[in-house]
Amino acid sequence: MTARKSFHSELEDLASQILKMGLLVEEAIRDGVESLKNKDQDLARKVIEGDDAIDELETEIEQTCLRLFALQQPMAVDLRMIGTALKIITDLERMADHAVDIAKVTIRLGNEPLIKPLIDIPRMAEITQRMVRECLDAFIRKDAALAHKMATWDEEVDHLYAQVFRELLLFMIEDPKTIRQATQLLFVGQHLERIADHATNVGEWVVYMVTGEKRDLNK
Amino acid sequence: MQLESMVKKASEASLPNASVFSSEPSPYKIETQNLDFYYGSVKALSSINLAIRRKSITALIGPSGCGKSTFLRTLNRMNDLIPNTRLAGKVLLDGEDIYAPGVDVYRLRKRVGMVFQRPNPFPMSIFENVAYGPRRHGINKMSRLSEIVEWTLRKAALWDEVKSKLRSSALALSGGQQQRLCIARALAVEPEVLLLDEPCSSLDPISTGKIEDLLLELMKEYTIVIVTHNMQQAARISNTTAFFLNGELIEVGPTEKLFTNPSNKMTEDYITGRFG
Repeated sequence: MTARKSFHSELEDLASQILKMGLLVEEAIRDGVESLKNKDQDLARKVIEGDDAIDELETEIEQTCLRLFALQQPMAVDLRMIGTALKIITDLERMADHAVDIAKVTIRLGNEPLIKPLIDIPRMAEITQRMVRECLDAFIRKDAALAHKMATWDEEVDHLYAQVFRELLLFMIEDPKTIRQATQLLFVGQHLERIADHATNVGEWVVYMVTGEKRDLNK
Repeated sequence: MQLESMVKKASEASLPNASVFSSEPSPYKIETQNLDFYYGSVKALSSINLAIRRKSITALIGPSGCGKSTFLRTLNRMNDLIPNTRLAGKVLLDGEDIYAPGVDVYRLRKRVGMVFQRPNPFPMSIFENVAYGPRRHGINKMSRLSEIVEWTLRKAALWDEVKSKLRSSALALSGGQQQRLCIARALAVEPEVLLLDEPCSSLDPISTGKIEDLLLELMKEYTIVIVTHNMQQAARISNTTAFFLNGELIEVGPTEKLFTNPSNKMTEDYITGRFG
């Protein structure tokens, strides 16, 4: 028997709004990386234009959270869920910004041939997208263990980023003409690395939501 | 760094050390031990062990009929007035059992005052309402009574609103003012503990806010126990919250912890409105 039926159905709506935002962010990351790999300018533009919808969704969810705080005075697990929602949408929105920045690299490089086939960057992208998907799953399923597991991938992403950095540095040392493109690719690596960090932040909030304790998942 | 450590040493030196001063009072003003309470054959409280911190606000929450008001009334033996009731276990006030034979209930209720749900001023003047208790305790000198009335009304944050009409009927005051008058009346006999049974349930939000501010002020000198149906009120003003259900104490802890991350599933279900 639930005393606050309408409130709890609003919480379910809030969770599905977040899921919706998360799916858009996931798509933006995937398309951003795809556009780079395939030099697909149209796809890159789609990612850039799609960002407004994500920003609007963030504002909408933000307002929902603030309204629920003001009107429902949530407690305990409900309080933690809404607090978590309010925090993680910032991380999701930042992830989308990084996806847009990756798409902008695609536009900037245009039809220029790549100085090398992309290997580690797609690998980073793959793991990062997996982290984004899993941190969202953990939120929706209120699964702290999954959040912990997801965060362990961050180390691999950092490791790959260091590898990308070293490799591109060698290119630049050997042939200064590659500097322009190599720095752009380096940025892509950094954007992916940041996305993984944001996913870890989301994971930390999920752990807080479930257990009531805030933990650093990278330790 | 040297200065810092000197300051630290100096401040440590000025702190009384509990092991040296063995007369250091317990942090708890009231402690109940295995407290059971029966209305006839119905068990209303079951083995309640609750320690109430001095100079703090403890809120008792729980659904109707959970025993929180019954528990509150055991703390100054108000239940004695209800026929066919029975109590087992102990209620210690400063370590002494208030149900021990020979305890002067009248004196006990002077030390442990009570304010009820509905403001219940006596049908007499504002002044006489406050002076009633002190008079009963033998103070008759008018100048002394005037002093007490002013001091108490100031403490109850009512003085400025009533100082020009002390001789008019208390019944002419607003509900919120009447309730503060009842708090003043309780304070006039210089109690140590103040028990409040849903003191704001018949008040508007402004009056409620005034009472809450008042309680936060009074907490500095008195031990306050409040029963409230309003969880936000418990969250706003109390240091400790105790959750009762079906006559049992389910969980007690720092208010912040209880409302953000309760340990017990039943507490969580209650405060999030998942039952009740």
